[in-house]
Amino acid sequence: MAYPYRDDRETTTILSRHMGEPEARSLNGWLERGGYEALRKAVAMEPDEITDVVKESGLRGRGGAGFPTGMKWSFMPSEPSGPHYLCANADESEPGAFKDREIMRWTPHLLIEGCIIAARAIRAQHVYIYVRGEFFPVIRILNQAVVEAYEAGYLGESVCESGWGCDLTVHIGAGAYIAGEETGLMSSLMGGRAEPWMKPPFPAQRGVFGAPTTVNNVETLASVPGIVMNGSAWYRGWGSEKSPGTKMWCCSGNLTKPGNYELELGLPLREIIDEVCGGPPEGRKVKAVLPGGSSTAFLTADELDCVTTYEGLQEAGSALGTASPIVLDETAEIVPAMRRIAQFYAHESCGQCVQCREGTAWITKILRRIEEGDGEPRDLETLYDLCDQLTGRTICVLADSVVFPLRSSLDKFRHEYEALMRRSPTVAT
Amino acid sequence: MSRRLHPAVAGAQPFQLAERDPDAPLFDSEESRERLEAILSRYPNKRAALLPLLGYAQEIHGWISTGDMEEIAEVLELTPAYVWSVASFYTMYNKHPAGRHMIQVCTNISCHLNGAPRVLEEFLEQTGTVEGETTQDGRFTVLEAECLGACGFATAVQINDEYHENVTPEKVAEILASLDGPQGV
Repeated sequence: MAYPYRDDRETTTILSRHMGEPEARSLNGWLERGGYEALRKAVAMEPDEITDVVKESGLRGRGGAGFPTGMKWSFMPSEPSGPHYLCANADESEPGAFKDREIMRWTPHLLIEGCIIAARAIRAQHVYIYVRGEFFPVIRILNQAVVEAYEAGYLGESVCESGWGCDLTVHIGAGAYIAGEETGLMSSLMGGRAEPWMKPPFPAQRGVFGAPTTVNNVETLASVPGIVMNGSAWYRGWGSEKSPGTKMWCCSGNLTKPGNYELELGLPLREIIDEVCGGPPEGRKVKAVLPGGSSTAFLTADELDCVTTYEGLQEAGSALGTASPIVLDETAEIVPAMRRIAQFYAHESCGQCVQCREGTAWITKILRRIEEGDGEPRDLETLYDLCDQLTGRTICVLADSVVFPLRSSLDKFRHEYEALMRRSPTVAT
Repeated sequence: MSRRLHPAVAGAQPFQLAERDPDAPLFDSEESRERLEAILSRYPNKRAALLPLLGYAQEIHGWISTGDMEEIAEVLELTPAYVWSVASFYTMYNKHPAGRHMIQVCTNISCHLNGAPRVLEEFLEQTGTVEGETTQDGRFTVLEAECLGACGFATAVQINDEYHENVTPEKVAEILASLDGPQGV
């Protein structure tokens, strides 16, 4: 099932079951759909029991890195010496990704329920949902749901009359992609510029306000109630051994039916693009796909038979990322597309690391020059050199994020770069 | 329009609105003090309330002046320079007055592939502005935006606190006409 299109293929509906149903947004509508039953179950469980179920389910972080969620939770101290915090990362800003927005837009209580259960597992007393500022319409919906959850006793001093208390605060950003990086998020939440910091210390040791913290993505947290309710074996009924469960696929670009689709992990990428999304419009052919959002490596039309698991896309030389395939059809040009992607990373670099701040800006300038027909052949070598210099040398992975699409575009679509060079009158050197 | 907000959401209100009062004081009404207390109650220190208060200032005034920043600095026991260093990091905080309707056209990759540059051009042409400029009557500011997180509904355009999706150049005139209601808001 999906929004805005209904998919008639046999698939599962853990996260998207109630998308498109405005009544599901209200507390009453949510309770009629079985809402907060998983929370009732969780408050009767010990924190470590919850963590164990999630660990056994194999759920992996849906924000892009794919780290096992239960394992992340188990890093939190089991005997708190002070406050613990949970941060729900709703700063969705990866170009291509628009799943967290849909989850909050249609089923805000699913996220809230997941947050409270996760908070119990990690022994946190306070949850911050950090929502990207641009999402004003969604923030209104989420705010309304949070107030309802407080009024009904799902949040506050005694969650479901259990005697265990949990607070939740909605916190909104103000336009900074890097606030989606977990340490950048915490810097921002503490009232600073969203500058990432070096790890260690890891958030579970020393996170927001100096306290042990877990940062989880919205979709990860929204997956938790189903797992707690139905058990880990149920969740493992979908997907592969290393990539169990279902995943929201945000499909965009040149597609007949772009949108969000919840699919079992492990379908061939080609099937998602051609059958689920109807392929490019007007019968055009696929040229290239960024399978996991703009920070993953390009795949060509010949490389789409890979399976869409974390390991499958890695083997194919790219990454699952946020499962946000951006499809470029035969009418799209690689160089302008790559320039637009690079421009984004240059704009969003926080500026702390020289390689990133200067590198992303220079990549954009060089790509623009090539796009405008003023490129020189040696520009390609300079771009490769920049790829090397931007990889693995910075505090966070923003710099690496531009290298994945850039290097792969140079490797796989070099002819498109060279074709633009030939327009240049200065090419004869 | 007095409204008491739940403390859990008091610092998370939409802050890019057509309705605004650039001359309204920030913290001298009972309502605003309640709002401030509600926001402060959610964080273990005052500094963490900085983003919520910057948003609050913009919600009221439509932009954040250096005077607003000084007031916020005082309330939170921070230096004005620190407040400026944070406010200037985030693109959504207007450091200059902006049009009543802030039109932000996403031109990032998925929108780019679906004709976003033409949508941006159309907005600029019909408002008679260049990117980032405000019309003389103060109605419109048109900006090129980075990914708005609505890639499946390209081209995405954010106007103040609302999203417009699947926007094509043909829809621009209709959207602009819909923005100024009978009250001129």
